[in-house]
Amino acid sequence: MLLTLLAATGFALLRIRNLFAVVMLAGVYSLLSAGLFTVMDAVDVAFTEAAVGAGISTVLFLGALALCGHHESKPGHTPLLPLFVVCLTGAALVYGTMDMPGFGEASNPVHHHVADHYLEESYGEIGIPNVVTSVLASYRGYDTMGETTVVFAAAVGVMILLVGGARARRARGGGEEG
Amino acid sequence: MTLDLLLTHYNYWVVIFLMMVGFYILISRGNLIKKIVGLNVFQTSVFMLYISLGKITEGTPPILVDGYGDADVVYSNPLPHVLILTAIVVGIATTSVGLALAVRIKEAYGTLEEDEITGIEAGIEPAGEAGG
Repeated sequence: MLLTLLAATGFALLRIRNLFAVVMLAGVYSLLSAGLFTVMDAVDVAFTEAAVGAGISTVLFLGALALCGHHESKPGHTPLLPLFVVCLTGAALVYGTMDMPGFGEASNPVHHHVADHYLEESYGEIGIPNVVTSVLASYRGYDTMGETTVVFAAAVGVMILLVGGARARRARGGGEEG
Repeated sequence: MTLDLLLTHYNYWVVIFLMMVGFYILISRGNLIKKIVGLNVFQTSVFMLYISLGKITEGTPPILVDGYGDADVVYSNPLPHVLILTAIVVGIATTSVGLALAVRIKEAYGTLEEDEITGIEAGIEPAGEAGG
């Protein structure tokens, strides 16, 4: 089953110290999760995850690796404290799921608030058969606009960081010569 | 009862396992790029949690067949899908900013290992060297 494969990939990610292999595995992980999304009926999400998660982010990571080198040194401190924290958090979360309704039941409360309205009315109101599109672009249009703002801010941030770095380096080089 | 619980909650538990793997990478590894990979794993596991909440057994993707006429067609919940689409894009934005920061840190300190950076910082501070 896909979930088990994902768990195995996650574990491998943890163990491997060569960052190049880690990035490739992260791509595999994204692609597997895209498959999982398809199985769980979220086709739009699967598209996006395959394109963005497995495609663009792998390219970004590779670019960063090309600039930074790809060896991770052995962690210096003992992993016991993080392990303890992680186990505690995990146990708390599993305890939390005990009260959750079972997977895939149509009577779950998530499915009966605005989702019914979207499914029943959106074709009459918007006229697009793909409900995800009409919710994304119309009912929750402000969300999407905010998302675009976030992406814009991130792009500006990345440019400032990288261009500013290049400029600082040039200034430093010029100072040493003069 | 226990087996029933295992079957209905298997998804959630694997998601929690993956989330904890990401969290563990994030807090226990010193390398900044590895930390960002851990953050990504964590993010993706949250996406999976939401999508599993939206799934209805025997459901189809929420693309309407002839304008929702058939009562016997069951659609999965479209709302988590929309939220996660937004979250994926925001996730790639944070990842790219994190990587840009990592590149700058590498330029400034010559290393991406957290403890080495702390060491350099401790050595630099008394000399009064201004950071980039």
